[in-house]
Formats: sequence, C-alpha cells, structure tokens
Amino acid sequence: MNHPELAEQFNRDEARVDWHDETLWFVRQKRDKAAHSLPEWETLRETASQIKHNVLGNLADYLVQFEQNALANGVQVHWATNAAEHNQLVHQILLDNQVDRMVKSKSMLTEECHLNDYLAQQGIDVIDSDLGERIVQLAGEAPSHIVLPCIHWKKEEIGALFHQHLGTEAGCADPQILTGAARLHLRDTFLTRRLALTGVNFAIAETGEFVVCTNEGNADMGVHLADVHIASMGIEKIIPRREHLGVFLRLLTRSATGQPITTYSSHFRRPRPGQTMHLILVDNGRSVQLGRDDFRNSLKCIRCGACMNTCPVYRRSGGHSYQSAVAGPIGAILAPNLDMTKHADLPFASTLCGSCTNVCPVKIDIHQQLYKWRQVLTQEGQATTAKTVSMQAMNAVLSNRGLYSLAGRVGRQLMRWFPALVSNKLNPWYTHREMPEPPKESFGEWYAKHRKP
Amino acid sequence: MTSREKILAAVRQNQPAASSLPPMPTSTTFDEQPLERFETILTGIGGRVIHVADLGEVSRYVEVHYPHPLRVITTLPELAGVAETNWTAYTPHGLADVELAIIRAHFGVVENGAVWLTEALLGQGDALVRAVPFIPQHLAVVLNQADLVPTMHHAYARIGHENYNYGVFVAGPSKTADIEQSLVLGAHGPKTMTVFLVSL
Repeated sequence: MNHPELAEQFNRDEARVDWHDETLWFVRQKRDKAAHSLPEWETLRETASQIKHNVLGNLADYLVQFEQNALANGVQVHWATNAAEHNQLVHQILLDNQVDRMVKSKSMLTEECHLNDYLAQQGIDVIDSDLGERIVQLAGEAPSHIVLPCIHWKKEEIGALFHQHLGTEAGCADPQILTGAARLHLRDTFLTRRLALTGVNFAIAETGEFVVCTNEGNADMGVHLADVHIASMGIEKIIPRREHLGVFLRLLTRSATGQPITTYSSHFRRPRPGQTMHLILVDNGRSVQLGRDDFRNSLKCIRCGACMNTCPVYRRSGGHSYQSAVAGPIGAILAPNLDMTKHADLPFASTLCGSCTNVCPVKIDIHQQLYKWRQVLTQEGQATTAKTVSMQAMNAVLSNRGLYSLAGRVGRQLMRWFPALVSNKLNPWYTHREMPEPPKESFGEWYAKHRKP
Repeated sequence: MTSREKILAAVRQNQPAASSLPPMPTSTTFDEQPLERFETILTGIGGRVIHVADLGEVSRYVEVHYPHPLRVITTLPELAGVAETNWTAYTPHGLADVELAIIRAHFGVVENGAVWLTEALLGQGDALVRAVPFIPQHLAVVLNQADLVPTMHHAYARIGHENYNYGVFVAGPSKTADIEQSLVLGAHGPKTMTVFLVSL
C-alpha cells in the first residue's frame, strides 16, 4: 500500500484523526510560544543553518578530526557504509562481550537500519527504554513520530497493552499509574543489562565527545549501569566545536516540544574506568545525499520533529502512512534517497504549503525539496501511471489552443447536462470536494462577445 | 578498501565547497533578574528552588523531609550529619535503593533552569559514580546563587575547553509525556529535583 491508501485507512475513524491532528497542533503551539519568547530566534536558526552548512562542506575533515579525538579519549570507533554493516558491528560487539540481552535508548538510526529485527533473528533480546518506544515495541509496531513515538496511541489502549504485558489493573488508563508501572519494569531492565546502546544527537569534532539528549534519563540509566556502551550515529551529526552546542541545544527542544531544554543533555567524552565505549559512524546513503545539490540540505536535520507537528498532511495521515523510520516532511525528502522506488509516493504527500520550512530550526528548504523530488521522480519514471497519463493528456490539451477551447466547451456542457459524469466515486478529486458550478461560458467567449465593435 | 576509506572517499567526492563558520550569536534576553527567572523557569519544568543561607539549612531540611531509615547520600562533607558520605565504594548498582542524593553543581543556566555537572562532582577522588544524578528517587543540587549564567552561550563560554570525562546539564526531574501528552514526573530517574540556592 502507498501513502494515499494508508492515509485513507487512517481517515476512516474521523474522531481519531481529529484527536491526532489536535494533539500535534498543540505541540506546535508550544513550539511557537517558546520560539517567540526569544528575540534572537531567527539569528539562532540562521547561525545553526550556517554551522551545518560549514559541516557539509568540510565533513570528511571533521570526521577524521572527530575520530582522532575520540580514539585519544579511549573510545573505539567503527565505520559502517550501510545498515547491514552497522547491524553486524553491533552483533559482533555483543558476541565479543558474551551478551545476549541489551537495553537501548532512542535512536532513529537504529530504526532506519532495522536493528531490532536483525538482532532478534540472532537471538538477542533488545528492550527499548524510552517509554513511547517501549509501548510501540510491546505492540509490535514501529514509532510513528521521531520525538513522540506513540502519539497515535490512546491511553485506554496503552492501559490494555500494559495489563497484558506488565500486569497493571484491567481498565486502568491513568498516565501516572501506567508510567509508574513502566518505571518499575524498566528499572529492573537497567539494573540487569550489561550492554546499552544509545543514539547520538551531536558529536563534537574538536573534542571527540558526543551528546545525547533525553527527558526520561533512560540513555544515562542504561549506560551508567552497563559495562559496554555502544553509540550509533549518522555521519552528519558532527558539529565543529563545543561552543556550537550552545546554538543547537537552545533550538532543539524549543522546536520539538516547546521545552527550554531536554531534562538531560549528557556529554560523553571518555568511558568510565572498567567500561568500554564503542562509537559507530554510519553512512547508509548520507554520502550520496551529500552529492545531490538540491537535497543535501536535508542532512542538516537535527531530528526535532517540528515539521511533522506542523504538517497538515502528517497530522491527518499519521506517521505509519509514510512507511519510513523518519516520517513527515523531512522523512519524505530523506527516504527517496535511500530507495527511490519504494518511497516514490512520499514527496507527493504534501500540500507544499511551506509551513515545515518556516518552523525548521536549521532552515532546511523542505517544501522546495519536496517539489524538486517530484520532478526527479517523474523524470526517473517513478510517478504513478494515472499521474503520468493525466499529465500527458493535460500537456496535449494545454499546448493546443483549439483543443483547449474545445475541451473547455465540451467539459462545461457535460458537467451541466450530466453532473454524475464528474461527481462520482471514480473521480478522486470529487472524493473530498464539491465540484464547482460549471460557468455558462469561458472568459475567452465572454471577452470575444463584449469586445466586438 | 576499508569501510572507513570508502565513506571518507565518497564524502570527499560529494561534499560541497567549504563555507566559513558564522560568528557565535550573543544574547541579552536573560540578563535581567537572573534569580527570579531561574526559579520561575525551573519551577515551570517541574523542578523547585529552595533559598538557603548556608548548608546548615540544607541539613535541617533533609532531616525533616527525609528521616531515617530513608537512604540519603551526598558528595558534600558538610552534610555528613544527615547523609552517607562513604558510599563511593559502591558500584552504581549498589545505589539502587537511594532515596535522595545531594550533590553540587558548577553553575546554573537562567534561560532553561539547567545545572551543569561533571563527573568530578559525582564522588571523591577517583571514586566517581556517573549514575548518581539518575538512580535516586529524588535529586537535590546545591548551587551558589552567584553561579548563574544567562544562556547556553554563556554556559559554554564558561565551560571553555575543560577536560571533563563526562558532563551533563540536568534541568528538572526525569519526565515523560509519551502517554497522550500528559506530563508525568519521574520517568526513569528522579521524581523530584530540588535546587538549594545558597545566598552566601
């Protein structure tokens, strides 16, 4: 199924769509309040965008500098060209340490690599420790939002899920009590796992340290109680200097949830005595995207999710309709880079209203890139047959004056005499819209009549 | 070719022309009334501020609110009367039953209510436990009220090139809103976070 089909399915429960839409809009409003409280907001966005631009132009040197500093800090650095290599590296570290159970904090990169599925096949037990991620994991689903993984779940449903898996009272839907049950369950996990995997929000070239941001404290609880820490990061997460964190940490959470900063912003530089720290640098298509003039800016993304919260399509179609680890407007420009055929539907899942571009903290021209992807995909023959045929027909009509007036006259007559011809289920335009009243004559006809001497 | 060489070669080939770094922004937005605003902002994210004149007041507060047999640990020798100070021999797992940990912070940040901690503050000498700000049920931080900086730009200017092994900004208690956007304090870490602002 493609995006429009999955979106249609999501829209069958109208009340639920409204609830989903309003919840995300509420988050967007919190973002606005936080952003408007800083007069320097636009300067921060521009600075962040320029820092990231500098990173893209010097990425190879920054990666080497980061590696050197991380190695000097006692961190073991690994490189993975693609998802399979990343997953094998993680598995090898597990084998080397004779560990078959691990705890993981939020990492969209591991979602992108389908690490959990791969490790499950190898007989490794993985527990996601972010509450939202744990909920979707128990349900056998993928996160539907990069910051709010179970934004599509109602508390009553989570209550039923926890009743089944964690033994909470049947019918209990109190977020406080449900969170308390997860706290006990995951505390036991943290205390018994010898290996913890985290994502990376920012990696600093000049110091070799990396920063992980959470509100729950789950990354730190996992790492500080484990003998082995694996951190997985995309190569675009590098920033040049420690002071640049001042810019990005001011923008990240204000854009994401409207908070002034995440509860924990942890700076990992050296392993603690007795602990080993591994860092995996993953390419998986990023170096290809870096070479696309029109799309490389998408690599500036800091994964705040603001573009999803504001997107009129995302809010009404749900994250799962994108079938990509990163959904929403940013996901729709990242995914076709990984697989143009599989994700050819995504750049069309947009109204091109530009709201995503306006809220992006690193000023990625998201809606422009969506528009450009449509052109690339159509040229590459990835557009749907219906779209290609209708565009060809339109091209024929619009490029021939006689045919254009004839088609207009015939169309207006047909709509007047046989409205059911266009106002029916076979016309996808009519599904969600009223057809306009056909005018008696075209402007061309009217003009010709009134201008005659 | 190793994966490292492959990735670096692909990046070198595809990266755009280099651009220079922009100047770092400055901000005066949080210069005025630092004490009041730090307290308002920290309270807004679920933390709390208690103004004290000295550590004796902290001791009395702990005595009243965390009576025996609740386990209280601290890194401050001045609080030895009300908290364990010889806990650094424990593994982090040995702190799983701690009710309250009282530690010092280097400084606080007005714009977001965060306090900056490094590993060096989380124990004594070489016996340092990074889990201390995370594993107790409640966290208390002693901060001199003179040690407040307005924004994160000032914070990193103050940190400079310090050679820490591990550092963390902590802003309020551990929290989640993953269930229908309802805010719950105490996700995995401390359920409360108290900053004792010392006026002397």
